[in-house]
Formats: sequence, C-alpha cells, structure tokens
Amino acid sequence: MRSDWLLVIGLEVHCELKTTTKLFCGCPNMFGDEPNTNVCPNCLGLPGSLPVLNQRAVELAMAIGTALHCDIRASTFHRKNYFYPDQAKDYQISQYDEPLNVDGYLDLPDGFRVGIERAHMEEDTGKTTHAGASGRIHGADYSLVDYNRSGVPLVEIVSEPDMRTPDQARAYVTELRAILVASGASDGKMEEGSMRVDANVSVRRSVDDPFGTRCEIKNLNSVRSLGRAIEYEAERQIALIESGERVVQQTRHWDESAGRTQALRSKEDAYDYRYFLEPDLVPLVPDAEWIRAVADTLGMMPAERRSRLVSLLDDAGGATEAQLLQVATVVDLGLDDLVVEAVAAGVGTGLALARTANEAATDAEAARHLDPKSYVALLTLEMQGSLSATQAKAVLAELFARGGGDPATIARDKGFEAMSEDSLAETVADAIAAHPDEWSRFCGGDDKLAGFFTGLVMKATRGQANGKAVAAELRRLRG
Amino acid sequence: MPEPAHLTREDVAHVAALARLHLTEEELDLFTGQLAQVLDHAADVASLDLAGVVPTAHAMAVTNVLRPDEPIVCLDRDEVLAQAPSVEDHRFRVPRILGEAP
Ligand SMILES: [Zn+2]
Repeated sequence: MRSDWLLVIGLEVHCELKTTTKLFCGCPNMFGDEPNTNVCPNCLGLPGSLPVLNQRAVELAMAIGTALHCDIRASTFHRKNYFYPDQAKDYQISQYDEPLNVDGYLDLPDGFRVGIERAHMEEDTGKTTHAGASGRIHGADYSLVDYNRSGVPLVEIVSEPDMRTPDQARAYVTELRAILVASGASDGKMEEGSMRVDANVSVRRSVDDPFGTRCEIKNLNSVRSLGRAIEYEAERQIALIESGERVVQQTRHWDESAGRTQALRSKEDAYDYRYFLEPDLVPLVPDAEWIRAVADTLGMMPAERRSRLVSLLDDAGGATEAQLLQVATVVDLGLDDLVVEAVAAGVGTGLALARTANEAATDAEAARHLDPKSYVALLTLEMQGSLSATQAKAVLAELFARGGGDPATIARDKGFEAMSEDSLAETVADAIAAHPDEWSRFCGGDDKLAGFFTGLVMKATRGQANGKAVAAELRRLRG
Repeated sequence: MPEPAHLTREDVAHVAALARLHLTEEELDLFTGQLAQVLDHAADVASLDLAGVVPTAHAMAVTNVLRPDEPIVCLDRDEVLAQAPSVEDHRFRVPRILGEAP
C-alpha cells in the first residue's frame, strides 16, 4: 500500500466448537453428513420446541475466553430477528449486550498485542445453496437449505481495530487458530468453514486522524485471501477518497477468483434485528470455581510452547534464525513434546529440533501418534553415532509406516549394523594407506581433505559409517 | 432515562414490515393505539428511580440451566422433508433470496 496512507484493521472470527452435539439441542454436530439428517424439532424451528444450553459448549467458550485473557462474566442470550431461510425459526440466538467473554488480548509471535473486545456464544445457521442459471446469489432462481449446521455452537471473537498491516492480520488469524486448536475448542479447519473470518478495513492519512469509514469484508476462506482482500480493499478506499468521493459503510464480498471485493446488495432494513432477550433461556452465570476448573483443563498455549523450545536452545548456546523457524513449525504441528522428551533423555537440542522440524514434520499425523519412547530411542541411536543421519531418517520413515516399533530392531532389519569402532578404524586406515599424498596434505593442515577421506570411507562401507565418527578418527590419527 | 419518542403510525408500519406482518389500515390504527399504551406503561416504570436495581433477565430467578453434551436420535429425514412445500436433493427448496444472509 502507498506509504502516505495508513490502514486500520479489526477482525471478527467465527469458530465452530468441537462438541458432540449442537448448542441448544442434542443433534450431532458433524460436518459432511447427508443433508438434513442431523435435525430435530428444535433446530428446525418447529413450534413448541425449547432450547437447552449445551454445558460442553459453554465450557469450550470459557476455555477460549481464558486463553484470550478475557474477563468471563455473567451473560444472557438474545434473539436476533431476521428473515432468511438459513434459520428455520427466523431468528438466531446470540449473545448481545452481555457476552460471556470481554476485554482480552492476543499477543502475536513478534510481541504485538491485539485487543479482544469480546468472544460471545451463538448458534450457526443452516447451509444454503443457490441454484439456477448463474449459480450465484444474484440471479439464482431458488435456494436449497440443509439444516445440519443450524444450531451448531459458535464463538465469535471480535478484535479491537488494533491491526495496521495485512501481515499483522494474517499473523493474528494464524495465532488465533493455533490457540483455538490448542484449547481444544476447535479443529481450526478454515477450508471446512469451521473457522470463518470477516475483516473490518478503513484507511486514514495520519495516526492523529480519527478512523475512516470502514467496510466489512466477508467470505475470507484462507489466511492468504484475508491478506489479499485487505490489500485490495485499502487500495479501493484510497482511490475513492483521492478522487473526491466518500467511502460508504457497507458489507463487501471477497471474490477470490476475480481478486476483488464487491458490495452486497442488502435490503434497507437488513440490520434492524429487533434484538430482545431470549425468553426460553435463563442467564448463564459462571462462578469463580467453574471458571477455575475450566482454566485448569487448558493445556499449554502455542506462545508458551514456543518459548519452552527457545529456552532449551538458549541452554544449548542460543537459537539461530533457522532454528526459530523450526520452533514455529514444530509447535504449529503439535510435535514440540517430542523435542522436549528427546532433550530430557540427553539428545542434543539442535539434533532433536532439526529431525522433528524436517523429518517428523513430513508426516506430522504419524509423528503425533508415535510412541515418544520410540522416537527418543531413535534420536539417541543417531546421537551416539550408532546410526548415520541417512540411516536414522530411513528408520524414522519405517517407524511411521509401521505405526511404531523398536528403532534398533528396524535398523538391524534394514541391515544398518552399526560399525564397530575397530572396523571403522580399519577402514579409515585402509583409506589413508591408499592415498598417502592426500594424507600428508591433510596432516599439513589442509582440512578440506577430511571430506575426501570421509567420502572414501562412506563408499567403502556403502554409507554405513557415521560421518562424525570418521571425522573424529581422522583427527585422532593426525594427532 | 429520556421520555420515549411518541409512537407514530409509520413506526408501527415499519415494525410490521420487519416482522413480515401485513396489516390493514384499520389494524395499523388499532395497534398504534395499543402499542402506545404499552410504551406509556414502560415510560411510567422508567420514571422511577431505579439506580441500584439489578436488571431482570428472566421472570424466573434461575441461572445455568444446562444439558450434558450427549446426542439424541434425530428425526427421520423422509418424515421431515414430507412436511416441506418443496424439496430437491434432500434439501428444503425455498424461493429466490434477495441479498445475502445478514
Ligand atoms: Zn436439533
């Protein structure tokens, strides 16, 4: 974006909660089932049905509030009235002026703090498919509705308008997603719509100016489209203002294939929701004991997991830039416990982190299900020089394929007999005897020739020798 | 609390339109009068000194009514869809929608 303009971004993230059943009825909360099979009188809005709040959904919402450092308070539910067939009962039950979680924050990995205004509970809507000539909303002849998703528990997390760049917005969504997954509240699958992002974007010329008129962008289905949409929208608003026009506050739809936002045609009274307290639900009033019990179930959050690895690296002499990226990868994939266990068992931090970020990460699903003892045993074999790096990687692939096992046994099965020190010394001596000129140059200080001799030994042993052990033997012989 | 603005016939027509209620001219007159009375009553309450009175969220002094997260048996789909005026592809078929979900 042009440097004489400043961006202001606030994000609203809808997150589907990982419960067994819906928010107000016992229908399964299940993505991808046959249409209209997970429905009952309640989520079909049939007369006489009554909502009853799902305790697990409340506790996951409180977990989110805790993870985002919110105040968790007494709250109520309202009816948000509107006529659209995605809700069979013509209103959505949502928390309005008294949300469960308020006044929190989220720290981005670089330390930038984004305020959280609120994180409230509400029910999801059914899924509409627009059919007809164009397949789009405008010009559709009719719509088809599947109510399986209707009533699925959601938490809507509303940030303060604190972000100033598309990168910060991307980092916020990435970190928030990691927190939601770590807290057990969500599977974080943006592609399945279990996490949906709307962006409020405005521009101004100076930090001293008040915020400009904002537009809300919907239909952001990935972190990538979030960044693109914000950039496009900022440019659009700047062009409008510079040509003497005004930005009109409106909701705009991101068109991923066209790479632009488009105003949604909305009816004049679309935002007159006539909120009123839901008479069929009583207030939700979590006491301190309940809040503490939920907090106690929370595992470590991603930020804490990252700093745990960084402090291990610090103990081992400090982290390189590349290692910090490895830390982010490993925590992202939920593999950091493997590194911590390996280091605790005496494996070098650098080796444990590199193997996990580079090799284990290629099949994170398998790695997460691997018995950590097998993994630690494998890294220990490599650490001790019983397996070369290449051999260790091959054994790891086999561990994944078998879903576990004893690395030493697998190594033997693969013929990775660790060379005894005697036979290694013998092979090194043979290589030296065959190349006396190179040896004397090496002894004279030409260290590059260490690689030459290592190569010879590797060739003679068909890769079974441990490179570090060969180098150590060469140095010992040189004296 | 300020006096509520006087309720007009146009207000009632607007709210009726939001609720998809089709009122006749006579009904508009009737309900404007009735609703004005309801608002007058609310205004009477608002004129009291209510500082320090906790708002009532529900007629019953009950909180935290919860159910365990356990699934029920859902309705039979054929039976459900048989109630709908129009069905296609195991989904409810509804008239063309103007605009997107709010
Ligand atoms: Zn249901």
